[in-house]
Amino acid sequence: MSANQLTLWYLVASVCFILALKGLSSPTTARRGNLFGMVGMTIAVLTTIAVVAHGRIDLILIAMLVGGTVGAIVARRVQMTQMPELVAAMHSMVGMAAVLIAIAVVNNPGAFGEHDPLPAGNRLELFIGTFVGAITFSGSVIAFGKLAGLGKKFRLFSSAPVVFKGQHLLNLVLALVMIGFGIAFFMADDKGWTPFAVMTAIAFVLGFLIIIPIGGADMPVVISMLNSYSGWAAAGIGFSLNNAMLIIAGSLVGSSGAILSYIMCKAMNRSFFSVILGGFGAAEGTAVAGGEQKTVRSGSADDAAFLMANAESVIIVPGYGLAVARAQHAVKEMANKLIEKGVTVRYAIHPVAGRMPGHMNVLLAEAEVPYDQVFEMDDINGEFGTTDVVLVLGANDVVNPLAHEKGSAIYGMPILEVAKARTVLVNKRSMAAGYAGLDNPLFYMDKTMMVFGDAKKVVEDLVKALD
Amino acid sequence: MSGTVDPTILNLVVFVLAVFVGYHVIWNVTPALHTPLMSVTNAISSVIIVGAILAAAPNETDFGSVLGVIAVALASINVAGGFLVTQRMLEMFRKKQPKKEGGK
Repeated sequence: MSANQLTLWYLVASVCFILALKGLSSPTTARRGNLFGMVGMTIAVLTTIAVVAHGRIDLILIAMLVGGTVGAIVARRVQMTQMPELVAAMHSMVGMAAVLIAIAVVNNPGAFGEHDPLPAGNRLELFIGTFVGAITFSGSVIAFGKLAGLGKKFRLFSSAPVVFKGQHLLNLVLALVMIGFGIAFFMADDKGWTPFAVMTAIAFVLGFLIIIPIGGADMPVVISMLNSYSGWAAAGIGFSLNNAMLIIAGSLVGSSGAILSYIMCKAMNRSFFSVILGGFGAAEGTAVAGGEQKTVRSGSADDAAFLMANAESVIIVPGYGLAVARAQHAVKEMANKLIEKGVTVRYAIHPVAGRMPGHMNVLLAEAEVPYDQVFEMDDINGEFGTTDVVLVLGANDVVNPLAHEKGSAIYGMPILEVAKARTVLVNKRSMAAGYAGLDNPLFYMDKTMMVFGDAKKVVEDLVKALD
Repeated sequence: MSGTVDPTILNLVVFVLAVFVGYHVIWNVTPALHTPLMSVTNAISSVIIVGAILAAAPNETDFGSVLGVIAVALASINVAGGFLVTQRMLEMFRKKQPKKEGGK
């Protein structure tokens, strides 16, 4: 196959990747999009194998078979609540693959059709691809550990931010030293092994240091950010190999992750930099207790069921507490009971309801909740005023009206306007404050009834009461 | 002005245009599918496997080509895992859909 033919096939694959992402604009076209993605990947792999047909195809096929089998098993077994961990793990593998390829390029540029030793321009690009890849790898490992709850065994993986004095200064110095060695690699007359190795090692350390101070609650941003990094790493390798397909695929992924990070930051009312600098959620939670004792109205599941059964419309607001309690199926059963009674049931999803972008939607879809009953915040916020009953399950900060009050810690955060509904039912385990460490005036409103208890238990009681 | 364009400049052209395409395509993705978006982008960024294949191919096996083989395996995990788990999630979004369309 000539280089021209190869490039044309890569163009076809690139178009397929764009179509794969385009398909995700609607659930009806998404599966076809995913198919495009698979076709593109198959084209990319087969044409590349055809180019190296004279080489060690046997080793390559064995590696693909082993990796593919592992991937397929994981994809089949993983639980939907574990998606954030899976995605973090996959980011780390893209990062590591980028670093390994970069080392192979330095070692033997001839295998990639490059001059030996590598020309300066390609070195610069390789440097960028390598350090982004290394940061992606170690950062994702930490993110994985935090998400998988390994913090109990290893302090490094603690979901509480790991902070120490001079952290930012250390990161800055390391980053500058890393860039210094990158320049040394760029200028080297020989292969430049020493500066390359030092630069890569520092990048790995930086990845760890950047992610450890970020708290567990900020994980949706971190995952999106690492998603973006993994794309830029791939694009960087594409630059150094002069491979347009890699650049295109990498840029698509990079911009996807960047946009998701932006959406998550906006939904949490945080600036991107305050998340990156980390430490959030460490000292908070103490200032909550003060103030006069306010009274809350609490009721039983039977009371709540009665209110919902006699309503015309009900909106369910699921939070991550619902997923932790694995109550999605029970919720769906309850909704069906209500629908049978002629009640209009809808779900309202806040962008940060889960632990990664769109997580709650997947968890509800898994419980076979039809997606036309599920609404995003902006689409349903206007509907609360005409809704009889809102049922809040395991959510707190995303429905906190303090977001409208100047001077509160979450002022300006976009929330679900549940306080506008006629009656609000809130299920919580206890009166503990949410992750922002704030009290929630919603709980003390006259129209609010608290239903205390584990989400799953309460919803199951509701199902029984609706019979 | 004369001479051929440096490949790096051409790469930059591709890069900038691809970022623009990405920006517009991604903003059109429905928020309900953001998790599948992340898993499928994971699979797509694993197209880095083509670099790994080149690294693994040389007949004289040295440590660079061994790393290449490892990279092929790592990227394959992502390719298979990414696309299949995306498929699995999107199947969930399909259920109930035929009924609804029939009712319209």
